Amino acid sequence: MIFNFMFGRHKKERNRNASALSDLRVGESAIVSDLKLSPVVAEHLMNLGILPGLEVTVARSGPGGDPRVYRVEGTEIAMRRDVSRHIHVELLGAPAFGD
Amino acid sequence: MSASAVSCHAVARPGDAAVATAYRTVAVVGPPNSGKTTLFNRLTRLRQKVGNFPGVTVEHHTGYVRDSEGHEVALIDLPGVYSLSPKSEDEKVAVDVLTGQMAGTPRPDAIILVLNSTNLHSHLVLAARVIALGTPTLVLLNMADELRKQGGHVDVLSLARQLGTPVALVSATTGEGIVAVDNFLNSTAASPEPLELPVVGSTRGYREWAVRVGENAKYRRPATPVWTQRLDSVFLHHVWGPIIFVLVVVSIFQMIFAVGQAPSNAIQRFLDVVGTWVAAYLPTGIFSSLIINGVLKGVGSVLVFLPQILLLFLVIGILEDSGYLSRAAVIADRTMSRVGLNGKSFIPLLSAYACAVPAIMATRTIESKRDRIATILIAPFMTCSARLPVYTMVIAAFLPDHRLFGPFLGTRAVAMLGLYVLGFLMAVSTARLLKSTILKSKDAPFILEMPPYRWPTAQGLGLRLLDRGKAFLYRAGTIIMLVTLLLWAATNFPLHRGQPPEVQNSVVARMGHAIEPVIRPLGFDWKIGVGLVTSIAAREVIIATLGTLHGLDPESQASDLQAALRHELTPAAAVALLVFFAFAMQCMSTIAVVRRETNGWKWPALQFGYMTVVAYVAALAAYNIVGHFVR
Repeated sequence: MIFNFMFGRHKKERNRNASALSDLRVGESAIVSDLKLSPVVAEHLMNLGILPGLEVTVARSGPGGDPRVYRVEGTEIAMRRDVSRHIHVELLGAPAFGD
Repeated sequence: MSASAVSCHAVARPGDAAVATAYRTVAVVGPPNSGKTTLFNRLTRLRQKVGNFPGVTVEHHTGYVRDSEGHEVALIDLPGVYSLSPKSEDEKVAVDVLTGQMAGTPRPDAIILVLNSTNLHSHLVLAARVIALGTPTLVLLNMADELRKQGGHVDVLSLARQLGTPVALVSATTGEGIVAVDNFLNSTAASPEPLELPVVGSTRGYREWAVRVGENAKYRRPATPVWTQRLDSVFLHHVWGPIIFVLVVVSIFQMIFAVGQAPSNAIQRFLDVVGTWVAAYLPTGIFSSLIINGVLKGVGSVLVFLPQILLLFLVIGILEDSGYLSRAAVIADRTMSRVGLNGKSFIPLLSAYACAVPAIMATRTIESKRDRIATILIAPFMTCSARLPVYTMVIAAFLPDHRLFGPFLGTRAVAMLGLYVLGFLMAVSTARLLKSTILKSKDAPFILEMPPYRWPTAQGLGLRLLDRGKAFLYRAGTIIMLVTLLLWAATNFPLHRGQPPEVQNSVVARMGHAIEPVIRPLGFDWKIGVGLVTSIAAREVIIATLGTLHGLDPESQASDLQAALRHELTPAAAVALLVFFAFAMQCMSTIAVVRRETNGWKWPALQFGYMTVVAYVAALAAYNIVGHFVR
């Protein structure tokens, strides 16, 4: 867990192309690439529209920075960092290599 | 105008003739936030009844409409679901009803599927799964007015062709296009004939299919309403958000606490008047006692909750229908996450400071079953208004009121505050305990859809109040009434020469004596024991009971009782009594409501047991610790 977290942070510093949804700043958008979550949670998110290939924007941040509200295809979804940091994204504008 | 014309065409299927309906049972299905309930209410209005499916906590409404022939059609409103993969209890119920596997519910002859037209790509996923069942289906694209206003578009005819079902653009709030439902109910049964359905499998595959269908139907997603953006930039602002949240919370609290009290008192006064009137007309004796102290008191204990329940549900209804409740949950989430709960538990728990009964009914807005149960289980630890008279009496009897900090804070106020804190701390520890043991939910993180802001409708609010009021009166009210009558019987039997006995000779006194060995270690005698038994009716009843037991004149009871209590209890036992009342579930109304909301005796029994044990152990500890220092 902690290793994963540190690794994610490390990657963010060096390469902003691929990172977690939680690493985005308010107003930034990215394409969902993978949901590293349990099947039930992933299924729920996909039903709400958080699907690989779709563009997600950080719409706003709740007081204190957590939870945050994300917008995907006009639907706004609030989630905590403990979920969003397991959603992998590719930043827009960067070439998307297969993962 | 043109949109409704299109919807009528879309509903008229080739070969449609005025044939008698084959539909008797029709299920209404749709995702959360599709406006399904608003539509259901518009169709059935007051012709609804509530029920629980056997064995599950999921509640459902059945409403009745008539087709053109005058035949009655039952509409079953199923819980809001995103898919039909039975992973949650709600989804399992939906699948079981739709496939005819739910005991006591016939397999529906037809399905009305309600989708949100402003969010079609997500919602069409459910359409694929419902249409695959092969049951005749009407697809309603709800919120047509919002779609149009925000510049969205969809070709209904193309969608109807692709799905192989009638499709109509409707607005449940304005009533636009609702005629499609009548047309559907009067049409001949025909299974859907979709052009193409996604291969059963991944959600991703379903979604790709949905996007393809949407593109073929020239679906253009509407822009997010500007007002929602503007309001959110205030309501979720890092400074204004919490300030507005606190203001909303304080006004809700004030409303249940202050405004709700007046109608409750009025009801109580009215019943007192009826009681006096009955007493004047009936000969004094066991029968008039049954009417006045049994039946009327029972009716009173049920009705006094009604104003608070209705007020709370009015406020929560406005918050929920307007969309603010989701924002409030986001604001409260950070704080609530520290005890393992999420933001949705905040408002119910706050309401519990006025009364646990409406608070427990308010937990319905919590989607996660486990979080909801956890909230129900900790709500009665919050210091409700019924504890106040008991606290006030005991504190006043034992604690001289010294000023501590200036003119505002006295020793008695501090003691009272301490009891509030005590209840809160126990609620928090219990929440942590539950969330790390039996109600651990690792698969239910905080994920919440933020609906756009909307004006609540009077009809929606009215039906909700009626629904909650009826649910409380019928289901909880009967239990409360029954317990009141049992307590009346325990106080008035055995008869002594045809008359009710003195309290000390009654069944309830025997119960007090019977539990005396158990409560003796807390410093309580049998009289307190009788008070503990009778206070199950409502906490404050212990005051009147002790007054009667000490043979006090009701007029001067308040001051005399304090003297009697000082004589009866040591200071340590008084502290033990306060602690006991802070933790024990001495309230049959709460028990009745928990039973009603969890659809069984398991949770109320567990809760009553847990709270009684906690109260006993804590009171025992308090008695011994305080007794060590104060004699």
